[in-house]
Amino acid sequence: MTNNSSTTAVRFNKVSRYFGEVKAVDQVDLDIQDGEFFSMLGPSGSGKTTCLRMIAGFDRPTAGSIHLYGQDVSNLPPYERNVNTVFQDYALFPHMNVGENIAYGLMVKKVSKEERAKRVDEMLELVQLAGYAGRKPSQLSGGQRQRVALARALINHPKVLLLDEPLGALDLKLRQQMQVELKAIQKRVGITFIFVTHDQEEAITMSDRIAVFSQGGIEQVGSPLEIYEKPASAFVAGFVGTSNLISGEVARRLAGSENTFSLRPEKIHLGATLEASPKDVISVDGVVRDVIYLGLYTRYLVEIEGGIDLVVVEQNLKTTSMDVLSAKGRKVKLSWHRDHINPLGG
Amino acid sequence: MPSNSSDTRPKASWGLKLAALGTLLFLHVPIAIIFLYTLTPDETTYTFPLPGFTLKWFAVAWGREDLWRSLKLSLQVASIATVAALILGTLAAAAVYRSKFFGREAISFLLVLPIALPGIVTGIALRTAIGGMSIPFSFWTIVIGHATFCVVVVYNNVLARFRRTSASMIEASMDLGANSFQTFRHVVLPNIATALLAGGMLAFALSFDEVIVTTFTAGQQTTLPIWIFSQLTRPRDRPVTNVVATFVVLITFIPIFLAQRLSTSSSDTEGGTK
Repeated sequence: MTNNSSTTAVRFNKVSRYFGEVKAVDQVDLDIQDGEFFSMLGPSGSGKTTCLRMIAGFDRPTAGSIHLYGQDVSNLPPYERNVNTVFQDYALFPHMNVGENIAYGLMVKKVSKEERAKRVDEMLELVQLAGYAGRKPSQLSGGQRQRVALARALINHPKVLLLDEPLGALDLKLRQQMQVELKAIQKRVGITFIFVTHDQEEAITMSDRIAVFSQGGIEQVGSPLEIYEKPASAFVAGFVGTSNLISGEVARRLAGSENTFSLRPEKIHLGATLEASPKDVISVDGVVRDVIYLGLYTRYLVEIEGGIDLVVVEQNLKTTSMDVLSAKGRKVKLSWHRDHINPLGG
Repeated sequence: MPSNSSDTRPKASWGLKLAALGTLLFLHVPIAIIFLYTLTPDETTYTFPLPGFTLKWFAVAWGREDLWRSLKLSLQVASIATVAALILGTLAAAAVYRSKFFGREAISFLLVLPIALPGIVTGIALRTAIGGMSIPFSFWTIVIGHATFCVVVVYNNVLARFRRTSASMIEASMDLGANSFQTFRHVVLPNIATALLAGGMLAFALSFDEVIVTTFTAGQQTTLPIWIFSQLTRPRDRPVTNVVATFVVLITFIPIFLAQRLSTSSSDTEGGTK
C-alpha cells in the first residue's frame, strides 16, 4: 500500500504526555511509513491532537521520544523540524495577502524574491487558486482559505504534512470534494500526510492506514479494511461504523465460545436465503422490535432468543417504505456467514 | 465607514434630538468660550459681548520664556512615559495572554488598578515611596508617576487585541520556520500595530494634561498643566492662559482623532475576517 515501506517517517517510542494528573497520551508506540496517508482517528480527548502537536513541536513529550526519519526530534522547536501543519482554523495571517501567506515559509528562510514568486505560482496552481495571489484571506470562502493553508504548508516541501481536522469547518458537499482532492494532492507531491479526524468515514475514505485512538492510547492500527472488517476491540467495533457485540451464553450458542465477538449489521440477512453451504451459515430466530426507514437502506432492531437486540441493515433494493414498516412485530429468521464473526481480544 | 443602513432605521424623535444637541452644547460651549476670550482686549474679566478684538495675547504668549520651558518639559515627559508604557504594557499583556501562571488574574487586576485609583492616592503613595527611598524629585520621578497609568492604557489595548488574535497564528509562523524574533516582527507586531498606536496616543494625551500625580512627584519642574493651574492665581494673565489652553486643545485633538479613526478602521477589517 505504501510506496516505500522500508523507511519509517515518524516513530513514537513509548511517548507519554501528561497534563498534571491527566494522561493525554499514555505510552504510545507507533510507526508511520514514508509516503503514507495516515489517519489518527478518535473521539475528542482521545490524544490524537496531542500526538500531532508533539510531531509538530508545539508540545513536548513528558516521557519517551519521537523520531523523524531516524532523528530524535523530541526537544527541537517547531522551526527546526522539517514538518508543516494545516491548522483547524487555517491560521492564515490576516495582514498579508494570499501570495504573502503562501510565501511566508520561504520569506523567513530568505529565499530570493524571484524564486518565491515562482514557487507561489506553482503552489497556487496545485491547489487550483491561480490568480488569487493578491486577495486578502478575508475575501476568500472557507474552502479557498483551506486551500491557501494547504499551499502555505506545502511550499517548504516538508517531509511530513500534518493536518489537524482541516475539513471540520466545511459543509458536507465541499468536504467530500476536498477529501478527493487532498488524496490526489498527496499522490502528486508524494509527501507523508498525517491526518487527524474524528470522522470515521473521512478516515476510511482517504487513508492508507488508520490508528484508532481512545483515552490516550492506540486501540488498533491497520488499513481501513482491517479496521472495519476486523476491529480489534469493542471500542473500535463501536466507533468505526456500528457493530453488534455479542457475549456470554448467547455467544457460546452462536459462535461456540463465550468470548465477545462483533458482527456488522449489514452482514446479517433477514430470512434464511443465504447462498452458502449450510455448515457455514449461522441462523437464529427473532422478532422485529423496531424499523427505521432511511431511504437508501432500512435499519431493523431484532430481538433474538436470549433477549439480545441485534441491529440489522438491509438495502431497499425491491422494498418500499410501506413493505419495511409493516415488518414491525413480525417473526423473522436471521442468518449470516460464519466468517463474518469477528472475535474480539479480551 | 459611514453606512447607508441609517436610512432604514427609524428617525429619532425631536425630544431625543434636542437632548443630544443640549449634551453636545454642554460639553463644548465652555471650550468655545476659551477660544473666544483669547481675542478680548480686557485682561481680567469675562464680559460679553467682547469689548473689542485683539490678537496681542498670542504675541504675549509666544514671548513667554517660562511657557516654552513648561511646554518642552511636558512634551519630554509625555514622550518618555509613552515609550516606557509601550514597552512595559506590551510585555505585560503578552505575559498575561500567553502563559498561565499562579496569580495571573491578580496581576492583571493590579496592573489595571492605577487607572481606577484616584490620582491623589497614587500621588501620595508615590511621593511617600520616592521620599522614603531618598530619591530626589526630578524629571524622572514625574516620568515614573505618569508611567503608572500610561502602562495601563497600552496594556488594555494590546491585551484586547491579543484576545482577538488566533493563537494558532503564532504556532503557524513557528511551524513555517520562523524563530521567535521573526514571528514577533512579521506576525505579532503587524497584528498589534494599530492597538499600539491607539494606546500610545492615548497614553501621550493622558500624560500631557496630568496635574494631580505631577504635583506630588515633581520637584521644581513645572509641566504645562501645572503652569496653567498656577496662572489661576494671576487674573491679569488670563487671556494668555486661554491662548495656551486653545493650543492644548488643538494639539490633543489630533492624536485623539487619529486614534479613534485607527481603532474603528482596524475593527472593521477584523470583523471582515471572522
